Amino acid sequence: MARNKPRLAVWKFASCDGCQLSLLDCEDELLAVADALEIAHFPEATRTAVRGRYDLSLVEGSITTPHDAERILEVRRRSQHLVTIGACATAGGIQALRNFADVNEYAAIVYARPDYIRTLATSTAIADHVRVDFELRGCPINKHQLVEVISAFLAGRRPVVPPHSVCIECKLKGYVCVMVARGTPCLGPVTHAGCGALCPSYDRGCYGCYGPNETPNTRSLSHWLAKLGVDERTLQRLYRTFNASAGPFREEGGRHGA
Amino acid sequence: MARKTIKVDYLARVEGEGAFKVVVRSGAVESAELNIFEPPRFFEGFLRGRAFTEAPDITARICGICPVAYQMSAVHAMENALGVAVTGSLRDLRRLIYCGEWIESHTLHIYMLHAPDFLGYAGAVDMAHDHGDIVRRGLALKKAGNELLALLGGREIHPINVRVGGFYRTPRRREMAPLAERLKWARDAAIDTARWVAGFDFPERERDYTFVALRHPHEYPFNEGHIVSNHGLDVTAAEYDEHFEESQVERSTALHSRLKGGGSYLVGPLARYSLNFERLSPLTKEVAREAGLGPACTNPYRSIVVRAIEVLYACEEALRIIERYEEPDAPAVPIEPQAAIGFAATEAPRGLLYHRYRLEPEGTIAEARIVPPTSQNQASIEEDLASFVGGFLDLPDDALRHRCEQTVRNYDPCISCSTHFLRLEIDRG
Repeated sequence: MARNKPRLAVWKFASCDGCQLSLLDCEDELLAVADALEIAHFPEATRTAVRGRYDLSLVEGSITTPHDAERILEVRRRSQHLVTIGACATAGGIQALRNFADVNEYAAIVYARPDYIRTLATSTAIADHVRVDFELRGCPINKHQLVEVISAFLAGRRPVVPPHSVCIECKLKGYVCVMVARGTPCLGPVTHAGCGALCPSYDRGCYGCYGPNETPNTRSLSHWLAKLGVDERTLQRLYRTFNASAGPFREEGGRHGA
Repeated sequence: MARKTIKVDYLARVEGEGAFKVVVRSGAVESAELNIFEPPRFFEGFLRGRAFTEAPDITARICGICPVAYQMSAVHAMENALGVAVTGSLRDLRRLIYCGEWIESHTLHIYMLHAPDFLGYAGAVDMAHDHGDIVRRGLALKKAGNELLALLGGREIHPINVRVGGFYRTPRRREMAPLAERLKWARDAAIDTARWVAGFDFPERERDYTFVALRHPHEYPFNEGHIVSNHGLDVTAAEYDEHFEESQVERSTALHSRLKGGGSYLVGPLARYSLNFERLSPLTKEVAREAGLGPACTNPYRSIVVRAIEVLYACEEALRIIERYEEPDAPAVPIEPQAAIGFAATEAPRGLLYHRYRLEPEGTIAEARIVPPTSQNQASIEEDLASFVGGFLDLPDDALRHRCEQTVRNYDPCISCSTHFLRLEIDRG
């Protein structure tokens, strides 16, 4: 009976909806997931909205409004396990570029009446507001990793999501290094794995959409990038894109730009 | 009795966060408002100071469902600014990746977001309990679109392979072959989809819309063509700002677009189809006629049929492109930055998507302006609610609220996009 299945909820904060769409993009697994869990709250996919407590909450998006800062507390109170999905929920997302600028200036650029807009000066990760049980990275997340996280939750184990760098993924796949062989600037050495070294496999340098890996040596990478002719402003922009507010990228971005 | 409010505070099965409120007084609709409380993210603000080459990757993040549309409008606007034309196989590959997005996005809407309204389910997963084979067909069709995106773009959401001037790596012919087999199945599944949705029970409601879409001399439009309407408008993207204006309303973080001096208009499948019927393939036209469509469609509830027709077209077009594909000599054409202004409009699944950029001499973005389809449709959605809900007032509250939601979902609104954009309240007093 449905009652005995764990309850899944999917929540959205400031985001593009791409990470929750990843669940609907699991064309081969979606019906099996729906069989194993009760989808109790997932407004993008269903009108059904079961109130109460949830066994697993997937949270997409960052906190950018006073209302959302309150709402995430309620989501946490009602969730036994809370997993953030994607760069917005895990690091503030691209909208965290406001953290390095004046948000009122941004509002004035976009809106004729910025006074109608209620927003916070910063875009912050979910973990800055509540306890998070697991963070899944990526802009967007990898749907196979999402299925792994849900499966791990159902089995009561930790998800197997390697914390090494994109560089390692590249070597495991046997790709030729775009930086060594062609001098293409690449953030692979300091970026969290998960994409399967996608950009290098398309003859492009990694642009860091999974955010920093564990203990990244960003200083050394910046040194090598500068030797390839990357100027200071470009260096700063490389770190300040989709995970601009993630600690190591924030710090390294702050060292450049002049 | 005198006054009634129909309200939905968080609209389900749409992309993003919106709500609506309809106030009925003495049996007539007094007001209909769409409220968009999706938090603003200020893309046009932080695009300033970025390199022109970054626009396709950054603007893709406006929408996880139609990132290719943002990438296509961005690259075409940049190429317009910098005086570059992308032709031949590279141009074809851009049409092909857009076919993938139309198939994926339209199929998601048809099977998972909109069909449950017609068949009385909360969502596709519930629908699958009674219609398992149909839902599985929908998922497989959606996957066919996603496979195109994955090959050409590297991944389905936020593709990494699109750049100003072309691509980072172009596919080999042999990589395309398995896709062609899959698309042949998808073409048949799209015909079955059109027949399936054509059998739904449609409210007979029509409006005299001003349709706005791209029109190209020879092709059903994706990336190129003039912006035209059924009321005589025929302009280039560079003239967009002379003919359309955006205004802000207090209840919404999305801006409303209107035709200067002309009021609301409609973009998306209904407009595209009605303005470009003669550009469809013979098979697509035949299936459209069989599905009960004429050369124009002014019943928004039938937009689900038009989407199915566009999925069919996209499958056929993708097959044509794959068949004639020749690997290009280089994956991209070289581009030199200069101080310039560039404009582009392309056809996102939900309708016209306009970008304009002003660039500094070294290629830094000095100014960006983006007008997404749902901003443009917002006024039309409210007018649909205002004109149709009056005819449904004999329905019980739950059914009436559901009918209002369906009326909004006709547009496949993409709220994350339109924010710079949605709340339903039905007020019966």
